[in-house]
Amino acid sequence: MLDVLAALADIFSSPTMYGSAVRLGGFLAFAALGELVAEKAGTINISVEGSLLAGAFGGAVAYHLAGSTWVGLAVGAATGVLIALIQANMSHRLTADQFVVGLTANVLILGLAGYLDAIIDPIAKRASVIEIPLLSDIPLFGPALFGQTWPTYLLYPLFPITWWLLYRTRWGLEVRSVGENPQASDVSGIDVNKRRRQAVCYGGVLAGLGGAFLVLGQVGSFDTGAVGGRGFIAIAAVYFGGWTLRGTLLGALLFGLADAFRLAVPVLGYQLNAQLLAALPYVLTIAVMYFITKPFRQPAALAHPFIRGLR
Amino acid sequence: MIPGAPPAPGGSAGGWRGRGETALLYLLSIGVTLLISGGLVTITGNSWTQVMGALLNGAFLAPGRWGNTLVIAAPMLLVALGMVIGVKSGIFNIGQEGQLLMGAMAMAYVGTKLAGPGPLLLVGGLILGTLTGGLFAALAAVMRFRRGVPEVISTLLLVFIAFQINGFAITTDWFLRDLDPNRPSRAVTSAQLPAEAHLPVVTLFGNEFHIGLIFALAAAAAVAFLLTRTSTGFKLRLLGSSPNVAQNVGVAVARWGSAALFASGALAGFAGAVMLAGGASSSRLTSGFASNFGWQGLLVALLAQSRPLMCIPMAIVFAGLRTGSGFLAATGVDRKIVDVIQALLVLALLIPPAVQFIRDRRKAAAVAATGAPAEQGAG
Repeated sequence: MLDVLAALADIFSSPTMYGSAVRLGGFLAFAALGELVAEKAGTINISVEGSLLAGAFGGAVAYHLAGSTWVGLAVGAATGVLIALIQANMSHRLTADQFVVGLTANVLILGLAGYLDAIIDPIAKRASVIEIPLLSDIPLFGPALFGQTWPTYLLYPLFPITWWLLYRTRWGLEVRSVGENPQASDVSGIDVNKRRRQAVCYGGVLAGLGGAFLVLGQVGSFDTGAVGGRGFIAIAAVYFGGWTLRGTLLGALLFGLADAFRLAVPVLGYQLNAQLLAALPYVLTIAVMYFITKPFRQPAALAHPFIRGLR
Repeated sequence: MIPGAPPAPGGSAGGWRGRGETALLYLLSIGVTLLISGGLVTITGNSWTQVMGALLNGAFLAPGRWGNTLVIAAPMLLVALGMVIGVKSGIFNIGQEGQLLMGAMAMAYVGTKLAGPGPLLLVGGLILGTLTGGLFAALAAVMRFRRGVPEVISTLLLVFIAFQINGFAITTDWFLRDLDPNRPSRAVTSAQLPAEAHLPVVTLFGNEFHIGLIFALAAAAAVAFLLTRTSTGFKLRLLGSSPNVAQNVGVAVARWGSAALFASGALAGFAGAVMLAGGASSSRLTSGFASNFGWQGLLVALLAQSRPLMCIPMAIVFAGLRTGSGFLAATGVDRKIVDVIQALLVLALLIPPAVQFIRDRRKAAAVAATGAPAEQGAG
C-alpha cells in the first residue's frame, strides 16, 4: 500500500505528467468549449468527434501541401465547420434526429479520412515550442502551461472569447434562450433553428481547430485512430461542468490528467495492467458522469428539436 | 380518390402527387450518393464502373458469394433489430459495437473453457452471450434512469471499455488467451471454438450459410410482431412517441426504458455470439473481432427508418457492400470507400422523409390559417 502511495506521489510530482496533461486536456478543451456553446443552444452535438477528426485530417493535408502551420490550423477549422454544417442543416433545418445525423457524420468522416489518408498520406510536423519568459519559470505548472508548442496558446484566448460571446452579447443571450425555452424565444422573434445552427457551427470551428492542434501542436502526424472517442469525452466534460464555462474547463483538465496519468505510468517505470490503463479515461468519465452530473442544471430544451407549433 | 383526378386542395401526403414527389426525392438522394462516391473514386484516379462491377461480383454474382453475404447480413440484422426496439422506445443505444463484443466474449468463454457436449456449449454460449450483451447495455440504463446520464453518451463510452475488456481477456492466461504452442499465427487470440460448438451450416445452390440467418429472420418477425401487435410493444412505442403521456397513463418509464435498452443490447450480444459460432475470424476472438459490425448494424436500422421488416433488405444491401469490398483490391481502390458509401446513403435517405414532414407541417399551418379549406374543397 505504501509502495502504491509512493509511486502515485512520484507520478503526480513529475513535471512531464503536467505537461502532457495540459496538451491532452487542451485538446479536449478545444472541443468541449465548442460543445458547451452547442449544448447551451440545445444540441447534444455528437458529431464533435467527426469535427475533431476532420480538423485533424484537414490540418494535416493543408500542412502537407502548404508547409505552414497557420494554414494547417485555418484549414483544420474550416473542415471542422464542414461537418458541423452537415449536422446543423440536417438536424436544425430539416429536423432529422440530431443523434442519427451526428452518428452518421462520424462514420462518414471516419471512412472518408481513411480512404483519402491512404491516397494522400499527408506528412505533418509538430510546431515549435515557445517558452513564455518568466511565466514558464513557475515550478511544476509553469512549463506545463507556458512551455508548450505555440498552437497551444491559441486555446487560452478562446476562454474569454467564448465567455464574452455567451454571456455578454445579444447573440449569446439568444443562444442560451433557445436552449432553455425555444417556444418563448420563437414568440419573441428569435429564429430558433438559425441560432442553433450557428451554435453548432461555432462548435465545429473550435473542434476543427482542436483536431488541427492535435496533429500540428501535439502528435506531429495523422492517424485515423488519433481521436479515438475523445470527442465523446469532451461532451462528458460539458456534463461534468454542469454547463458552465469554468466547470467545462475543469472537466477537460481532469480527463486530460487521467489520460496523462495513463501515459506517465509506464514512462516512469511503473507496472500496471495495460488495458486497465487504456480504459481509465473512459471509466473515469463514466464514473464522473454517474456521480457528479447534475441533470437539473442542463438547458431545459437540450436534445429537443424545435418545430414551430409542436412541443 | 380517382387516379388522374386533380388532387384535392390541401390534399394529404398520401395523394398521388405527394407520393410521386417523395419517390422522386428518394431517387434523387440515391443518385446524389452515387454521384458523390463515384466522383470521389474518379478524382482519385480510378474507374467507378470497375468498382461497381467488383462490388456486385463480390457481393452476389461470383460463385459462393451470396452465401457469404447472407452470413454477414445475419449479425447486422440482429444488431439493427436491437436498434429498432430502442429507437421505437425513445432510447438511443449506440454502443452495439461493444455489446456485440461482450456477447462474443461470453460465447468464447463457454465454448473454449467449459467442458460438455458441443450442442450444449453452443446453446449455452448463445444464451450467455445474449445475457452479457443485455447486461452490458443495462449499465447505461442504470445511469440514465438513476442519474439522468443520456444513454447516447454512456453507451458510446462503454464501447471503448468493452474494447479494453476484450484486450484483457485475450491476453490473460486464465481468461481467454490461447495457450496452445502450435497455434497457427503469432497474434494473441482466444482459442478456437471447438467444431462441435459451431452453428450448423446450410448449403443451397453451392452457397453456404449458417443457421444464424434463420435466427435473425425469425427475430425480425418477432420484433415486428412485438412492436405492432402486443401491449408490450404498444407501451414501448408510447414511451418513444410521447413519454409524458406514457408516464400519465401508468407506463413505468424507467422499467420499460431499461427493458428496451436491455433488449437492444441483448440482440447485439446475440449477434456477437452468432458471429463467433458462425466462424467469423476463424471462430477465434481477436482484438478487432467486432470489426464495425455494431456500427454498420446501427446504420442498417437508420436506413430502414426503424421498421423491423425493412431491416432485412437493408441488412442484405449493407452486407453486400461489405462482402463486395473484398473484391475491390483488384481495382486498386481502398475498401474504405464502402464506409463512405454506406454513411452517405444513410445521410441522403434522411432527407426525403424530413422534407415530407416539413411540407406536411406547412400544409397543416396553411389549413389552420385559412380555415379548413380541405373540407370546402371536398364539399
